[in-house]
Amino acid sequence: MPTLRRLTKFREVQAELDASGAALFRTPDGQDNLIVDSPYAIRYIHSYAEDTPFFLGLAEGKIRGSHCTGPTCGFVYATPRSHCMVCGSPTEWRELPLVGKIHSWTTCHFGSEAFLKETPYNLALVEFEGAGSLLMVRLKDCVESDIYVGMPVEARFEPTPKYTIRDVWFVPAKRGGRTAR
Amino acid sequence: MVKRAYDYALKDIPNLTKDRIDGTRISYFSDHFSRQLKAASMVQDYLGMNPKGSVRIEWGGATGGECFQAAYEAVASGRMDVCLAAGYETMSRVATWKGNEFIALASDTNYDFPLGGFYTGYYALMVVRHIYEYIRLRKFAHVRDEREAQRLAIAEGCRIMSLVSVKNHRNALHNPYAQYPKRLTVDDVLKSEMISYPLTREQICTMSDGAAVAFLCDETRAREFTDRPIEVTGVGCGTDTMRLADRPFGKVPLLPHETAADYASLPYPGVHSFRAGRSAGLEAYRMAGIDDPTTALDFIELHDAYASSEIQTYEDLGLCRYGEGYDYTESGAPFLKGIDYGFPTPKAGAMPVNPSGGLIACGHPVGATGLMQAVFAFWQLQGTVKEHFGDGTLQLKNPRRGAIHSHAGTGSAVTVSILERGF
Repeated sequence: MPTLRRLTKFREVQAELDASGAALFRTPDGQDNLIVDSPYAIRYIHSYAEDTPFFLGLAEGKIRGSHCTGPTCGFVYATPRSHCMVCGSPTEWRELPLVGKIHSWTTCHFGSEAFLKETPYNLALVEFEGAGSLLMVRLKDCVESDIYVGMPVEARFEPTPKYTIRDVWFVPAKRGGRTAR
Repeated sequence: MVKRAYDYALKDIPNLTKDRIDGTRISYFSDHFSRQLKAASMVQDYLGMNPKGSVRIEWGGATGGECFQAAYEAVASGRMDVCLAAGYETMSRVATWKGNEFIALASDTNYDFPLGGFYTGYYALMVVRHIYEYIRLRKFAHVRDEREAQRLAIAEGCRIMSLVSVKNHRNALHNPYAQYPKRLTVDDVLKSEMISYPLTREQICTMSDGAAVAFLCDETRAREFTDRPIEVTGVGCGTDTMRLADRPFGKVPLLPHETAADYASLPYPGVHSFRAGRSAGLEAYRMAGIDDPTTALDFIELHDAYASSEIQTYEDLGLCRYGEGYDYTESGAPFLKGIDYGFPTPKAGAMPVNPSGGLIACGHPVGATGLMQAVFAFWQLQGTVKEHFGDGTLQLKNPRRGAIHSHAGTGSAVTVSILERGF
């Protein structure tokens, strides 16, 4: 019978699984737990459903929000919804300006496993003139010490669309500059 | 793990035997962590509860708090006389950053997750705005350079958030159930690793393994089972949009001790405050007949997944006005009397918050967390902290009424329950 390594430090377990596929982990109260490797991968068939025009719009260099068609409401969504959260009426698509202001921001020095290799990256909530809600985006071409609430920003689009929210990102707006693709 | 908590509770209540339990409510947050669907059935099975009625409760980070209220409702509706609320989470089965990914799948997977899917990032977005509204626009209104003013404000906000981290880790030194008790200085907290600006590692709770149980029953049985029963006098729950970007900019729902003039120019909740926390508090306070929580409550166990969200929650729950959370922290009101935190806490003991050490120092095994708070509050009100901890330092003097507060990602759902001494 092969001998399993008995570990007491949890952080050593993963390395041992990489090396041999199994280990014994002794808990603080003295119980030996058999630990085995158990990988898991899934391919999802993801549908954007009613959000589809937003993601197609990014491929055309457009940010499509939506506005409520209710008679007394008219709420404008920067992150589109197909029905209004205030009055429940259907919404219509509307193009948002490609410039906005930082409502809030952060720089992530860690992230989910899927995004760790991209750190550090900036997240921002962007305000648009005339819109009642915000849009969360990546903020590029600037570092932590450059960014502030209220900073003017402008959109950039992925030339080869991947059809995710990452097809758009924002950069600091150039004073008097045009919004270029 | 759940069986250990269950056996411990039963040992504490000799009159309560398994046949008296009518059914269960069982909570865990994510199927991803153990890759076992319907794991609540395994808890039910392992505790030997079959064929009694049961249902699994899940509501993000507020899962434990919802489970507590679900068990309360089972009894209050008359469906059961005695209901067991049991919760757990085993988060150690994946690496930390994979775990963060699983948790981030609770954010919108069309618009939010693909950007970097990371809750610490989302809470950082919230606190940066909170600091902007309440420190930059107030304390540093005189600074003309915008970047400079905001940097000064963030530094000030972080220093004050660190006081919360020091408090919770320090309290936990007297709680044997806490997983991360530590004596820290403000400097230690500020200099710990930056996770998502401006939140550092010591300002953030840790994924954890843990379990907790609570028994909810009607008054007659409670008095039969113990001479020190604790009564649930209020329950409240609030919700908010899944996406931070959709949070409205409206008016503050007022507590009885506040006026509209307090918040004349405050767009609410925006991303700086948790409207769900305010709604949950309003409902629970109304039911418990509480007008002013600052005088009606003796302590609170609240969901400090982040030091920032503890300060934001002071305001949601009306311990101070919106905008006063940082000053309230510095006043020392949420600190315990008689403990040396390494800095002055002049008003210590006014409203102890997280005397147990909270999530930051105890750990956050999601499905157990809200129930863990219920257990700590229960022992606090019974006056049995010393008995259960082997250390009476954290026992408050004669507390009559406390609140527990459980919170799901970016405040998308929050529960508040009011517990009172029933003897």
